[in-house]
Amino acid sequence: MLRKVLLALTIVAGAAQPLLADNAVDPQADFKAFRKYFTERFPKVPLNQFVNGPYSMDEGLRKQWQAKEEFPPYDFALDKGKEMSSTPFKNGKSYADCFPNKGIGVRQMYPQFDEKSGEVITLDVAINQCRQANGEVPLDYLKDDMAALTAYMAFTSRGKPMDIKIPNDPRALAAYKKGEENFYTRRGQFNMSCASCHVQNPGNHIRTEVLAPALGLMNALPIYRSEWGGMGTTSRRLTTCNSQIRGVPLPAEAEEYRDVEYFLSYMANGLPISGPGARP
Amino acid sequence: MHTRALIRFAIALSVASFVTAAWAAPADDYNAAIAKAEAAIKRAHALKNEWTTTAAALKAAKAAADAGKFDDAVAHAQQAEALANGSIAQAKEQEKLWPEAVIR
Repeated sequence: MLRKVLLALTIVAGAAQPLLADNAVDPQADFKAFRKYFTERFPKVPLNQFVNGPYSMDEGLRKQWQAKEEFPPYDFALDKGKEMSSTPFKNGKSYADCFPNKGIGVRQMYPQFDEKSGEVITLDVAINQCRQANGEVPLDYLKDDMAALTAYMAFTSRGKPMDIKIPNDPRALAAYKKGEENFYTRRGQFNMSCASCHVQNPGNHIRTEVLAPALGLMNALPIYRSEWGGMGTTSRRLTTCNSQIRGVPLPAEAEEYRDVEYFLSYMANGLPISGPGARP
Repeated sequence: MHTRALIRFAIALSVASFVTAAWAAPADDYNAAIAKAEAAIKRAHALKNEWTTTAAALKAAKAAADAGKFDDAVAHAQQAEALANGSIAQAKEQEKLWPEAVIR
Protein backbone atom coordinates (compact mmCIF):
# COMPACT_ATOMS: atom_id res chain seq x y z
CA MET A 1 0.00 0.00 0.00
CA LEU A 2 2.76 2.38 1.03
CA ARG A 3 4.61 1.56 -2.18
CA LYS A 4 1.52 2.48 -4.23
CA VAL A 5 1.14 5.77 -2.40
CA LEU A 6 4.79 6.63 -2.96
CA LEU A 7 4.50 5.71 -6.64
CA ALA A 8 1.43 7.92 -7.01
CA LEU A 9 3.18 10.83 -5.27
CA THR A 10 6.21 10.40 -7.53
CA ILE A 11 4.03 10.48 -10.65
CA VAL A 12 2.14 13.57 -9.42
CA ALA A 13 5.40 15.34 -8.51
CA GLY A 14 6.90 14.46 -11.89
CA ALA A 15 3.87 15.77 -13.74
CA ALA A 16 3.89 18.98 -11.72
CA GLN A 17 7.55 19.71 -12.46
CA PRO A 18 7.09 21.19 -15.96
CA LEU A 19 4.21 23.31 -14.69
CA LEU A 20 6.33 24.70 -11.88
CA ALA A 21 9.16 25.35 -14.32
CA ASP A 22 6.84 27.20 -16.72
CA ASN A 23 5.50 29.45 -13.97
CA ALA A 24 8.90 30.20 -12.47
CA VAL A 25 10.03 33.82 -12.73
CA ASP A 26 13.52 34.02 -14.14
CA PRO A 27 14.18 37.50 -15.56
CA GLN A 28 17.79 36.66 -16.39
CA ALA A 29 16.78 33.64 -18.49
CA ASP A 30 14.12 35.74 -20.24
CA PHE A 31 16.72 38.42 -20.88
CA LYS A 32 19.11 35.95 -22.55
CA ALA A 33 16.38 34.40 -24.71
CA PHE A 34 15.06 37.84 -25.71
CA ARG A 35 18.49 39.10 -26.67
CA LYS A 36 19.29 35.89 -28.60
CA TYR A 37 16.02 36.07 -30.53
CA PHE A 38 16.59 39.58 -31.84
CA THR A 39 20.29 39.34 -32.53
CA GLU A 40 19.84 36.08 -34.42
CA ARG A 41 16.86 37.37 -36.35
CA PHE A 42 18.68 40.58 -37.33
CA PRO A 43 22.36 39.57 -37.44
CA LYS A 44 23.36 42.65 -39.44
CA VAL A 45 21.95 45.12 -36.91
CA PRO A 46 24.57 46.20 -34.35
CA LEU A 47 23.22 45.57 -30.84
CA ASN A 48 23.26 49.24 -29.82
CA GLN A 49 21.28 50.21 -32.92
CA PHE A 50 18.11 48.37 -31.84
CA VAL A 51 17.28 51.41 -29.70
CA ASN A 52 16.63 53.37 -32.89
CA GLY A 53 13.56 51.29 -33.70
CA PRO A 54 12.50 51.29 -37.33
CA TYR A 55 15.72 53.04 -38.37
CA SER A 56 17.66 49.96 -37.35
CA MET A 57 15.46 47.88 -39.65
CA ASP A 58 15.24 49.97 -42.82
CA GLU A 59 18.17 51.68 -44.55
CA GLY A 60 16.04 54.23 -46.43
CA LEU A 61 14.25 55.32 -43.29
CA ARG A 62 17.57 55.48 -41.48
CA LYS A 63 18.97 57.98 -43.98
CA GLN A 64 15.89 60.17 -43.74
CA TRP A 65 16.14 60.11 -39.95
CA GLN A 66 19.84 60.99 -39.94
CA ALA A 67 19.08 64.02 -42.13
CA LYS A 68 16.22 65.01 -39.85
CA GLU A 69 18.42 64.72 -36.74
CA GLU A 70 20.39 67.77 -37.92
CA PHE A 71 17.36 69.86 -36.97
CA PRO A 72 15.43 67.45 -34.75
CA PRO A 73 11.71 68.06 -34.36
CA TYR A 74 11.91 67.50 -30.58
CA ASP A 75 14.24 70.47 -30.05
CA PHE A 76 11.47 72.76 -28.87
CA ALA A 77 10.46 70.14 -26.29
CA LEU A 78 14.04 69.99 -24.98
CA ASP A 79 14.03 73.75 -24.47
CA LYS A 80 10.73 73.61 -22.65
CA GLY A 81 11.86 70.63 -20.55
CA LYS A 82 15.06 72.36 -19.56
CA GLU A 83 13.15 75.44 -18.51
CA MET A 84 10.67 73.34 -16.49
CA SER A 85 13.55 71.49 -14.87
CA SER A 86 15.25 74.68 -13.72
CA THR A 87 12.13 76.54 -12.61
CA PRO A 88 11.60 76.23 -8.83
CA PHE A 89 8.26 75.14 -7.39
CA LYS A 90 6.27 77.63 -5.33
CA ASN A 91 7.96 76.32 -2.18
CA GLY A 92 11.39 77.10 -3.60
CA LYS A 93 12.36 73.48 -4.19
CA SER A 94 12.65 71.87 -7.61
CA TYR A 95 12.88 68.54 -9.42
CA ALA A 96 16.57 68.50 -8.55
CA ASP A 97 15.58 67.88 -4.92
CA CYS A 98 13.66 64.71 -5.80
CA PHE A 99 16.07 62.86 -8.07
CA PRO A 100 19.62 61.56 -7.74
CA ASN A 101 22.22 63.74 -9.48
CA LYS A 102 19.59 66.50 -9.56
CA GLY A 103 17.68 64.59 -12.24
CA ILE A 104 20.44 64.85 -14.82
CA GLY A 105 21.41 61.62 -16.57
CA VAL A 106 19.05 59.37 -14.61
CA ARG A 107 16.58 58.17 -17.26
CA GLN A 108 18.27 54.75 -17.49
CA MET A 109 17.34 53.97 -13.88
CA TYR A 110 13.58 54.02 -14.52
CA PRO A 111 11.24 52.25 -13.99
CA GLN A 112 12.17 51.29 -10.45
CA PHE A 113 10.52 48.94 -8.00
CA ASP A 114 9.46 50.86 -4.90
CA GLU A 115 9.72 48.67 -1.82
CA LYS A 116 7.51 50.95 0.23
CA SER A 117 4.47 50.87 -2.06
CA GLY A 118 5.31 47.50 -3.61
CA GLU A 119 4.75 48.99 -7.05
CA VAL A 120 6.70 49.89 -10.15
CA ILE A 121 7.47 53.60 -10.40
CA THR A 122 8.15 54.97 -13.86
CA LEU A 123 10.02 58.21 -14.49
CA ASP A 124 6.73 59.95 -15.29
CA VAL A 125 5.17 58.77 -12.03
CA ALA A 126 8.29 59.80 -10.09
CA ILE A 127 8.00 63.29 -11.62
CA ASN A 128 4.40 63.61 -10.44
CA GLN A 129 5.26 62.23 -6.99
CA CYS A 130 7.91 64.95 -6.79
CA ARG A 131 5.42 67.62 -7.80
CA GLN A 132 2.78 66.46 -5.33
CA ALA A 133 5.31 66.20 -2.50
CA ASN A 134 6.08 69.85 -3.15
CA GLY A 135 2.50 71.04 -3.33
CA GLU A 136 2.26 71.17 -7.11
CA VAL A 137 -0.51 69.83 -9.33
CA PRO A 138 0.53 66.62 -11.13
CA LEU A 139 1.12 66.82 -14.85
CA ASP A 140 -1.15 65.04 -17.32
CA TYR A 141 0.62 61.82 -18.33
CA LEU A 142 -0.55 62.21 -21.92
CA LYS A 143 0.28 65.85 -22.56
CA ASP A 144 3.13 68.02 -23.75
CA ASP A 145 4.52 69.21 -20.41
CA MET A 146 5.23 65.67 -19.24
CA ALA A 147 6.66 64.83 -22.68
CA ALA A 148 8.92 67.90 -22.59
CA LEU A 149 10.29 67.23 -19.12
CA THR A 150 10.92 63.51 -19.75
CA ALA A 151 12.44 64.39 -23.14
CA TYR A 152 14.94 66.68 -21.45
CA MET A 153 15.74 64.09 -18.78
CA ALA A 154 16.21 61.42 -21.48
CA PHE A 155 18.40 63.77 -23.51
CA THR A 156 20.71 64.30 -20.53
CA SER A 157 20.96 60.50 -20.23
CA ARG A 158 21.74 59.70 -23.86
CA GLY A 159 24.27 56.94 -24.27
CA LYS A 160 23.92 55.71 -20.71
CA PRO A 161 23.11 51.99 -20.59
CA MET A 162 19.64 51.03 -19.38
CA ASP A 163 20.05 49.83 -15.81
CA ILE A 164 16.84 48.32 -14.46
CA LYS A 165 16.96 46.43 -11.21
CA ILE A 166 14.59 43.66 -10.18
CA PRO A 167 15.19 43.11 -6.48
CA ASN A 168 14.74 39.67 -4.98
CA ASP A 169 11.35 40.65 -3.65
CA PRO A 170 8.33 38.51 -4.58
CA ARG A 171 6.33 41.67 -5.31
CA ALA A 172 8.97 42.94 -7.75
CA LEU A 173 9.14 39.55 -9.45
CA ALA A 174 5.35 39.45 -9.63
CA ALA A 175 5.29 42.91 -11.23
CA TYR A 176 7.89 41.81 -13.77
CA LYS A 177 5.87 38.65 -14.54
CA LYS A 178 2.66 40.65 -14.94
CA GLY A 179 4.52 42.97 -17.30
CA GLU A 180 5.62 40.01 -19.36
CA GLU A 181 2.07 38.64 -19.37
CA ASN A 182 0.61 41.98 -20.46
CA PHE A 183 3.21 42.28 -23.20
CA TYR A 184 2.31 38.91 -24.69
CA THR A 185 -1.47 39.01 -24.09
CA ARG A 186 -3.65 39.65 -27.12
CA ARG A 187 -6.22 42.41 -26.74
CA GLY A 188 -8.68 44.44 -28.77
CA GLN A 189 -10.98 43.38 -31.57
CA PHE A 190 -7.95 42.89 -33.80
CA ASN A 191 -6.72 40.27 -31.31
CA MET A 192 -3.16 41.61 -31.20
CA SER A 193 -0.58 41.85 -28.45
CA CYS A 194 2.46 44.12 -28.13
CA ALA A 195 4.44 41.08 -29.26
CA SER A 196 2.34 40.64 -32.41
CA CYS A 197 3.97 43.76 -33.84
CA HIS A 198 7.24 44.11 -31.95
CA VAL A 199 8.35 40.48 -31.62
CA GLN A 200 6.69 38.67 -34.50
CA ASN A 201 6.85 41.46 -37.09
CA PRO A 202 9.66 44.00 -36.49
CA GLY A 203 11.00 45.29 -39.78
CA ASN A 204 7.72 44.47 -41.56
CA HIS A 205 5.34 47.16 -42.72
CA ILE A 206 2.00 47.88 -41.11
CA ARG A 207 0.43 50.14 -43.71
CA THR A 208 3.22 52.65 -44.42
CA GLU A 209 5.09 52.22 -41.15
CA VAL A 210 8.03 49.96 -40.36
CA LEU A 211 7.48 48.17 -37.07
CA ALA A 212 10.16 48.62 -34.41
CA PRO A 213 11.72 45.68 -32.56
CA ALA A 214 10.72 45.21 -28.92
CA LEU A 215 14.38 45.18 -27.97
CA GLY A 216 15.28 48.76 -27.04
CA LEU A 217 11.76 50.06 -27.57
CA MET A 218 11.67 51.99 -24.30
CA ASN A 219 15.14 53.51 -24.74
CA ALA A 220 13.86 56.03 -27.30
CA LEU A 221 10.91 57.35 -25.32
CA PRO A 222 9.47 59.91 -25.20
CA ILE A 223 9.16 60.45 -28.93
CA TYR A 224 8.23 63.07 -31.45
CA ARG A 225 5.85 61.56 -33.98
CA SER A 226 5.18 63.19 -37.31
CA GLU A 227 1.85 61.34 -37.33
CA TRP A 228 0.89 63.11 -34.10
CA GLY A 229 2.48 66.40 -35.11
CA GLY A 230 4.08 66.60 -31.69
CA MET A 231 5.64 64.86 -28.73
CA GLY A 232 4.24 61.81 -27.06
CA THR A 233 4.92 60.36 -23.63
CA THR A 234 5.31 56.66 -22.91
CA SER A 235 1.68 56.67 -21.77
CA ARG A 236 0.56 58.21 -25.04
CA ARG A 237 2.45 55.52 -26.94
CA LEU A 238 0.98 52.64 -24.94
CA THR A 239 -2.62 53.88 -24.86
CA THR A 240 -2.52 54.64 -28.58
CA CYS A 241 -1.25 51.12 -29.28
CA ASN A 242 -4.28 49.76 -27.45
CA SER A 243 -6.81 51.93 -29.26
CA GLN A 244 -5.20 51.14 -32.63
CA ILE A 245 -6.04 47.48 -32.12
CA ARG A 246 -9.57 48.47 -31.12
CA GLY A 247 -9.02 47.91 -27.42
CA VAL A 248 -10.22 50.43 -24.84
CA PRO A 249 -7.01 51.79 -23.28
CA LEU A 250 -6.52 51.59 -19.54
CA PRO A 251 -5.88 54.83 -17.64
CA ALA A 252 -2.44 56.33 -18.30
CA GLU A 253 0.21 54.86 -15.99
CA ALA A 254 -2.16 52.08 -14.91
CA GLU A 255 -0.35 49.31 -13.08
CA GLU A 256 -0.55 47.13 -16.20
CA TYR A 257 1.30 49.70 -18.32
CA ARG A 258 3.93 50.34 -15.64
CA ASP A 259 4.58 46.61 -15.39
CA VAL A 260 4.96 46.32 -19.18
CA GLU A 261 7.46 49.17 -19.09
CA TYR A 262 9.34 47.41 -16.28
CA PHE A 263 9.53 44.15 -18.26
CA LEU A 264 10.55 45.80 -21.55
CA SER A 265 13.09 48.10 -19.94
CA TYR A 266 14.71 45.17 -18.17
CA MET A 267 14.97 43.38 -21.51
CA ALA A 268 16.88 46.45 -22.79
CA ASN A 269 19.39 46.51 -19.95
CA GLY A 270 22.82 47.52 -21.21
CA LEU A 271 21.49 49.23 -24.34
CA PRO A 272 21.97 53.00 -24.53
CA ILE A 273 19.27 55.57 -23.89
CA SER A 274 18.48 57.22 -27.24
CA GLY A 275 15.50 59.36 -26.30
CA PRO A 276 13.91 61.55 -27.15
CA GLY A 277 13.27 59.77 -30.40
CA ALA A 278 11.71 61.00 -33.62
CA ARG A 279 9.43 58.68 -35.55
CA PRO A 280 7.34 59.01 -38.73
CA MET B 1 -78.93 50.14 -23.61
CA HIS B 2 -76.72 49.54 -20.63
CA THR B 3 -75.38 46.35 -22.22
CA ARG B 4 -74.57 48.15 -25.50
CA ALA B 5 -72.57 50.79 -23.68
CA LEU B 6 -70.64 48.10 -21.90
CA ILE B 7 -69.87 46.32 -25.19
CA ARG B 8 -68.68 49.59 -26.76
CA PHE B 9 -66.48 50.27 -23.77
CA ALA B 10 -64.99 46.77 -23.94
CA ILE B 11 -64.23 47.12 -27.66
CA ALA B 12 -62.63 50.53 -27.13
CA LEU B 13 -60.58 49.14 -24.26
CA SER B 14 -59.33 46.16 -26.28
CA VAL B 15 -58.38 48.38 -29.22
CA ALA B 16 -56.51 50.71 -26.88
CA SER B 17 -54.74 47.75 -25.25
CA PHE B 18 -53.71 46.40 -28.64
CA VAL B 19 -52.27 49.76 -29.72
CA THR B 20 -50.39 50.15 -26.42
CA ALA B 21 -49.03 46.61 -26.59
CA ALA B 22 -47.93 47.09 -30.20
CA TRP B 23 -45.97 50.18 -29.15
CA ALA B 24 -44.61 48.67 -25.93
CA ALA B 25 -43.36 45.40 -27.41
CA PRO B 26 -40.40 46.87 -29.35
CA ALA B 27 -39.48 49.11 -26.41
CA ASP B 28 -39.55 46.10 -24.11
CA ASP B 29 -37.40 44.13 -26.54
CA TYR B 30 -34.95 47.03 -26.63
CA ASN B 31 -34.85 47.34 -22.84
CA ALA B 32 -34.13 43.62 -22.53
CA ALA B 33 -31.44 43.75 -25.21
CA ILE B 34 -29.71 46.81 -23.75
CA ALA B 35 -29.78 45.29 -20.26
CA LYS B 36 -28.05 42.16 -21.56
CA ALA B 37 -25.49 44.25 -23.46
CA GLU B 38 -24.73 46.42 -20.44
CA ALA B 39 -24.32 43.37 -18.22
CA ALA B 40 -21.82 41.85 -20.66
CA ILE B 41 -19.95 45.17 -20.92
CA LYS B 42 -19.73 45.31 -17.14
CA ARG B 43 -18.13 41.85 -17.11
CA ALA B 44 -15.65 42.87 -19.85
CA HIS B 45 -14.80 46.03 -17.89
CA ALA B 46 -14.08 43.94 -14.79
CA LEU B 47 -11.62 41.93 -16.88
CA LYS B 48 -10.05 45.20 -18.15
CA ASN B 49 -10.61 44.04 -21.68
CA GLU B 50 -13.17 46.13 -23.53
CA TRP B 51 -13.23 46.73 -27.26
CA THR B 52 -13.78 50.19 -28.71
CA THR B 53 -16.37 48.80 -31.11
CA THR B 54 -18.54 47.61 -28.21
CA ALA B 55 -18.97 51.14 -26.93
CA ALA B 56 -19.73 52.34 -30.46
CA ALA B 57 -22.47 49.71 -30.90
CA LEU B 58 -23.98 50.58 -27.52
CA LYS B 59 -24.02 54.27 -28.42
CA ALA B 60 -25.70 53.48 -31.76
CA ALA B 61 -28.33 51.39 -29.94
CA LYS B 62 -29.20 54.24 -27.59
CA ALA B 63 -29.33 56.75 -30.45
CA ALA B 64 -31.67 54.51 -32.44
CA ALA B 65 -33.93 54.03 -29.41
CA ASP B 66 -34.06 57.79 -28.84
CA ALA B 67 -35.19 58.15 -32.45
CA GLY B 68 -37.91 55.54 -31.91
CA LYS B 69 -36.24 53.04 -34.27
CA PHE B 70 -36.53 50.09 -31.93
CA ASP B 71 -35.71 47.37 -34.44
CA ASP B 72 -32.39 49.06 -35.21
CA ALA B 73 -31.81 49.72 -31.51
CA VAL B 74 -32.29 46.04 -30.67
CA ALA B 75 -29.92 45.01 -33.47
CA HIS B 76 -27.21 47.42 -32.25
CA ALA B 77 -27.68 46.33 -28.63
CA GLN B 78 -27.35 42.69 -29.63
CA GLN B 79 -24.19 43.57 -31.56
CA ALA B 80 -22.79 45.34 -28.48
CA GLU B 81 -23.55 42.27 -26.36
CA ALA B 82 -21.86 39.96 -28.89
CA LEU B 83 -18.76 42.18 -29.02
CA ALA B 84 -18.55 42.37 -25.23
CA ASN B 85 -18.87 38.59 -25.03
CA GLY B 86 -16.10 38.31 -27.63
CA SER B 87 -13.76 40.40 -25.50
CA ILE B 88 -14.64 38.33 -22.41
CA ALA B 89 -13.87 35.11 -24.28
CA GLN B 90 -10.60 36.63 -25.52
CA ALA B 91 -9.52 37.60 -22.00
CA LYS B 92 -10.28 34.15 -20.61
CA GLU B 93 -8.56 32.40 -23.51
CA GLN B 94 -5.49 34.61 -23.27
CA GLU B 95 -5.06 33.84 -19.57
CA LYS B 96 -4.05 30.35 -20.72
CA LEU B 97 -2.54 31.08 -24.14
CA TRP B 98 -0.16 34.00 -23.55
CA PRO B 99 2.77 31.87 -22.34
CA GLU B 100 2.85 30.14 -25.73
CA ALA B 101 3.98 33.41 -27.35
CA VAL B 102 6.89 34.00 -24.96
CA ILE B 103 10.38 33.97 -26.46
CA ARG B 104 12.23 31.02 -24.92
